[in-house]
Amino acid sequence: MKKTAGKKRRAGRAQAAAPEKPQKNGGGAPDPGIAVRALCWQPDAECAPVLDQVSLTLEPGHIYGILGPNGAGKSSLLKHILSLLPSKQTVFFNGEPVERKSSGELAKCFSYVPQDTLVEADFTVEELVLMGRSPWLRRFEAPGKRDVKLAEEAMRLTNCLQLKNRSVLRLSGGERQRAAAARAVAQDTKWIFLDEPVSSLDLKHQLELMEILERLCRERCTTVVIILHDINLALHYCDRLILMKEGRLFRCGPTGETATAETLSEVYGLDFAEFTAKDGAKYMLPRTFL
Amino acid sequence: MKKGKRIRRLPFGAGLAVMILLLGAVVLGAACVGSADLRITDALRLLAAKLPGIGRAVDVSGIDRVYETILYRVRLPRILLSGLAGMGLSLTGAAFQGLFRNPLADPHILGVSSGAALGATLAMLFGGSSWLAGLSAVGLAAFAGGMAAVLAVYRIAGTGTGMRTMHLLLTGTAVNSLLSAVISLLMTRNREQLDRIYLWTLGSFNAASWAKVRFLMFFVPVFGALLFAAARELNLLAAGEDTAQTLGVSMKTTRRVIIASGTVLAAACVSVSGIIGFVGLIVPHCMRLMFGPDHRKLMPCSMLAGAAFLIFCDTLARTMAAPTDIPVGVVTSVFGAPYFIYLLYREKRAQR
Repeated sequence: MKKTAGKKRRAGRAQAAAPEKPQKNGGGAPDPGIAVRALCWQPDAECAPVLDQVSLTLEPGHIYGILGPNGAGKSSLLKHILSLLPSKQTVFFNGEPVERKSSGELAKCFSYVPQDTLVEADFTVEELVLMGRSPWLRRFEAPGKRDVKLAEEAMRLTNCLQLKNRSVLRLSGGERQRAAAARAVAQDTKWIFLDEPVSSLDLKHQLELMEILERLCRERCTTVVIILHDINLALHYCDRLILMKEGRLFRCGPTGETATAETLSEVYGLDFAEFTAKDGAKYMLPRTFL
Repeated sequence: MKKGKRIRRLPFGAGLAVMILLLGAVVLGAACVGSADLRITDALRLLAAKLPGIGRAVDVSGIDRVYETILYRVRLPRILLSGLAGMGLSLTGAAFQGLFRNPLADPHILGVSSGAALGATLAMLFGGSSWLAGLSAVGLAAFAGGMAAVLAVYRIAGTGTGMRTMHLLLTGTAVNSLLSAVISLLMTRNREQLDRIYLWTLGSFNAASWAKVRFLMFFVPVFGALLFAAARELNLLAAGEDTAQTLGVSMKTTRRVIIASGTVLAAACVSVSGIIGFVGLIVPHCMRLMFGPDHRKLMPCSMLAGAAFLIFCDTLARTMAAPTDIPVGVVTSVFGAPYFIYLLYREKRAQR
């Protein structure tokens, strides 16, 4: 019930903003979507800024991959979009600063799979995944049949239904990442943000998770924003790429144009070469390993 | 099911029922024993006569008036006071352990007890003996001191950008030891009051009165309810603060509500009884081992178990070495610690 209300509200806002506003500095964004306008972040005055004048727009319906070396500001960018860090009115969602929204409102729009998926209590995997339903429940409301069904579906999708009754304290790193992904899927939001969700997954589960995200994007129209370290995974599954380097946005756009041997070489400081497989798929490999 | 097994937990409903029965039994037992032993049937009749609703129907005419006086004037306030304090401390402990995601957290970790102790010490040394709302000057000074200490900790830890849980805990620990040092200094400079101050810091319910019961009757339900209302947030916090926030938890509000209510609750309990350690640390842990980490179950269970445990300990404290009292804080540790060690041991063996 509440969920449909949320959807309506979202749709209503999108329509209301349909006549496109003239784009001025800080004057809002083309709706709907996320707009970041000259985001800077310098937590420590003596160190270089973590984020430096980052501006970009994220449009719904895509799979965005964020690539870049360690310390490029990928996670910080994600956290600012999610309003986990103070963005000083430089991040807009559907034309409105994310900071003006309560965490309860945001939780109905954005879900998040953090880098660190450690859980410090003896919950079962099912209980953990059901937590994803809490933004849609009232304070004292227990999860209903529909919530349990959604959680189960999310666990089936992410291949952790067999872990359902296991304690999250006794999961391996990869199992925990899958459980966290299931929680985000169960949250059933239009946007899903993932911070290196495949870092401790084996190859099969990496591909499986990417397939799930692709399916979510295709079937539920979910926009996926994902930080990846595997360039070839990004080339395969993301249709938009965001390249970051030293706190700045280096390139942003459709995958084919953005990820060339030249741009990747510059971002990572390695010499990349492009290969084409027999089926026409492109792969990027650093030459130093050849 | 290769490795690991299903989590074993006690059923919540049955557990709660057992806990309520246990609490009733402890209250009844505590009402019977003491310098003048009461028959169980008499105690039951006298207690029932005070219950709203059925009270009128109970016939207490055959019971000696002396017993009636002992029960209503002496034992019942003490039972209720220790029960309420047990509830308050256990609830606060459960909430703080959840908020700080730290198994060593207890109601006193942010400095409420050392602040209260300093307040009480100062009142004993320099204060009068004024009474207000059932509290002596010592009690009031303890209540104020406890809250002031936590406020200071909160302000110090909250300086600069953002609030880090670890900062709060470390600041609390530092303030705790600073205030304890001041108390020790005051004690050594005022040897004639040393006994009184020291005994206060060990906790006791021997000065129980109906006025104090009424005082806790206000604070425990009101601020306990606020903590109950945060149960879902406490559950989500187990997944980390960032994740909790993306699941709709407002960290700032949640932190403030829990710290403020927990502090008022703990300060109220400490101000009527002195410092009673251990209850707020151990009871929530035991309940977590039995019923799992869901705060919606953990908090009601902790409340009931805390009340039963503290009434039990206080009854031992006043009967074991009668006519003198053993400090109740000593009893809680002597009986609670071995049981907790046993629970941990069993848990570790089960994991092997």
